[in-house]
Amino acid sequence: MDVVDITRLQFAVVTIYHYLFVPLSISLASLTAGLQTASVLTRDPERAQRLRRSTLLVGKLLLVTFAVGVVTGLVQEFQFGMGWSAFARFYGDVFGPTLAIEGMLAFFLEATFLGLWFFGWDRLPRLVHLATIWVVAIGTLISAYVILGANSFMQHPVAYQLDPSTGRAHLSSFTELMTNPVLFATFPHTIAGAAMLGGALLLSVGSWRRWIGPAPAGAAGSPEARAVDPDQRAFAGIARLGAWTTVAGGLATALTGDTLGKVMTSVQPMKMAAAEALYTTTTGAPFSLLTIGNLDGSRPIFSLDLPYLLSFLATGEFHSTVQGIDDLQAQYSQQFGPGDYAPVIPLAYWSFRAMITIGLLAALVAGVYLWLTRKGLDPREPRASALPFMSQRLFPRPLVQLSLRMLPTLPLLPAAAGTAGWVFTETARQPWLAFGLTLTKDGVSPGLTAGEAWLSLAAFTAVYGVLAVVWLRLVKHLVAQDLTDPPVRPAPPASTGDDDEGASEASPAAPRAAVPSY
Amino acid sequence: MDLVTVWFAVVVLCWVLFFTLEGFDFGVGVLAPLVGRDEHERGAALKTIGPFWDGNEVWLVAAIGVTYAAFPAWYSALLSGTYLPMVGVLLLLAGRGVALEFRGKHADPRWRRRCEVVLALCSAGVVALWGALLSVFVRGLALGADGEVVAQPGLAAGLSRTVAPLLTAQAALGAVAALAFSLLLGACFLALRTTGPVRVRAHRVAALAATVVAALGAVVAVAGLAGTEPLDVGLVVTGALVAATAVAVAAAVRLRREGVAFTLASLLVAGVVAAVMLANGDVVLPSTLDPAWALTRESAAATPAALGLVTAFGAVVVPGVVVYQVWSYWVFRRRVSSERVATA
Repeated sequence: MDVVDITRLQFAVVTIYHYLFVPLSISLASLTAGLQTASVLTRDPERAQRLRRSTLLVGKLLLVTFAVGVVTGLVQEFQFGMGWSAFARFYGDVFGPTLAIEGMLAFFLEATFLGLWFFGWDRLPRLVHLATIWVVAIGTLISAYVILGANSFMQHPVAYQLDPSTGRAHLSSFTELMTNPVLFATFPHTIAGAAMLGGALLLSVGSWRRWIGPAPAGAAGSPEARAVDPDQRAFAGIARLGAWTTVAGGLATALTGDTLGKVMTSVQPMKMAAAEALYTTTTGAPFSLLTIGNLDGSRPIFSLDLPYLLSFLATGEFHSTVQGIDDLQAQYSQQFGPGDYAPVIPLAYWSFRAMITIGLLAALVAGVYLWLTRKGLDPREPRASALPFMSQRLFPRPLVQLSLRMLPTLPLLPAAAGTAGWVFTETARQPWLAFGLTLTKDGVSPGLTAGEAWLSLAAFTAVYGVLAVVWLRLVKHLVAQDLTDPPVRPAPPASTGDDDEGASEASPAAPRAAVPSY
Repeated sequence: MDLVTVWFAVVVLCWVLFFTLEGFDFGVGVLAPLVGRDEHERGAALKTIGPFWDGNEVWLVAAIGVTYAAFPAWYSALLSGTYLPMVGVLLLLAGRGVALEFRGKHADPRWRRRCEVVLALCSAGVVALWGALLSVFVRGLALGADGEVVAQPGLAAGLSRTVAPLLTAQAALGAVAALAFSLLLGACFLALRTTGPVRVRAHRVAALAATVVAALGAVVAVAGLAGTEPLDVGLVVTGALVAATAVAVAAAVRLRREGVAFTLASLLVAGVVAAVMLANGDVVLPSTLDPAWALTRESAAATPAALGLVTAFGAVVVPGVVVYQVWSYWVFRRRVSSERVATA
């Protein structure tokens, strides 16, 4: 591999890893905010306590996830200069302001207010404290929007002018950059995918504790006792909230994915052709469900097609024409000079399919869970688990038990689907770094050596691997613990000696046990 | 003032804020095992930075982002020219942040101990590395005409391309100085924010660190005086000022004026970082190969349109950032006591 390939691989590794934690942070922030809002709004004190305890647990998951997101996100900001300085120089006017604005507008909000939220339970008035987590949630959304704006520029460059004197791209309108049609389609798709991942994590955590994991200290072992135990009810609630979020996210991902496909077809026809391995321009093109054989344009050994569907997905009309790879290659050769303008077709074809199937499967699993646990039913009970059209023979008890045991691994599915989606988006854009403007090989840092790139790839892979193990261990530990109440804000002291250390030491009234302290 | 100057000032301000604010939380990270004899005391020490470190670190994000937005060529040369050290910085920052955030989420003493060790080592490492890098930025990189550090042929030379500039006495001095400054800041912050034995030990460390910093300042001043080249007035004055301020910090610590001590120490670090960044005047990154290839503010700057855009944004957003960050410090203004944590 040459330095370009290694640097690409290095960028892929650190970006894919970062992007496992970002969607989790985005969705967990909103879910925490939602839970806390519900706890403030409810009038039932027992329910309010359950919701507060759930809020604290989900908030802790958010905190440890956010920490990994921050330290890996910092790498992203440095990456463009470190490995891709030619690109960074060329598009400094476009990318620089985007990164700076993301930092100033969104990231400061997230980082500062998350600290205020976690440590501020007993320091801030209740509603102010609630507002802090909403600020975090909104901050994550602004971050995602602005950063996706930069990515959308690479998919479909807008709002720039090439300066002939410097040979660099100049930003002509920030508004135009932030209203890129690709961004309008990508943002909701990304957020919906994030909802699936966060929802799946809650479903995993809640269902594990409700059905198979350790019972809370106070709960007796029998299923009846577990069913009425407040913490068990809290975990059941977390699981169902997660399942609803996953299902809703799944539906939204499918709908927004359809929109994105149409936008993509119009701005990056080669990407859609690659996704389908469609070599010849076809009117009324079929959607290929799967192909056995090769994807190099010769006849497949076996291909399962749905007639007209690709044309519909690409343009919204069944009989429209979809451009094929061969025609686009000829067209680009004429436009940009000789060269190979097709991405790696099998990678595009299979990552596109993996994204869709794995994502749908995740939503389906969550949907089945919702059905099996409706009205507080126990999925392990034969009566409850029998779907109307399924006899117990079709859905036997051991299978239910096994499915329940597998359920905690559910987050792997949306994580894999999201990764496949990004692999598709980024690799099917190749050989372009910014579509139609800069080739990937021209963006890499001119002085960079293969040895440096290898070393960096190895170091990041090793450290990120350790980080993943530690994160997983910590999440497992957090969810295995009993639920605890967040610290409460003490009644205002009679004296005004709030800052006086003597006073604060003399009044250990507030129970501080809930938040493990630094 | 034109926009280029304004944005250079903003870049300097972001770096100054990053090194000052993170300076104390790096210092606390290193000092926690020293000032805390048991888990609760170390927990109390770390709790002083718990709500802030994340927000402080965003100043690095801002510094890098603003450098990119306002001076794309500077950003590109800086980061590609120090590729491997930057990998080190990023990995050490990762270890630091994760250890700090993860420590409190698990009550197992071994877990906490491990997090403390990782935190202390990564904090010390990243401070030293930044110190070395700052001195390299002042001295310059082997920039070619295209603004890039070019690799020498051969695997070893290629690998050491971006490490070599750090292997100088100047870089080593930068690393030691940065560590001393950070420990001073961290100790002053701990003295200000804790109670009981942690506070007492923090006083001792602060006094010791102030002495070391004063000595470093004196050495720099003497080196400036005794230099073979014509008398370097800037160096002498800076060294003397550093020494004098450090002595003042030590005095404030002795008088138990912890607020004064921390303020002075912060000003000291802020001043030194600003002095380092302004040391080359208009040149933002010198080239050690040919002065003509150095990056200047003008040659590295973005277009007026891009600068105007970030100006409009910054003018609206940055005051808000400062306000809510100050508010967060106000919310957590109470001292952290290890006794209260111990009841948890």
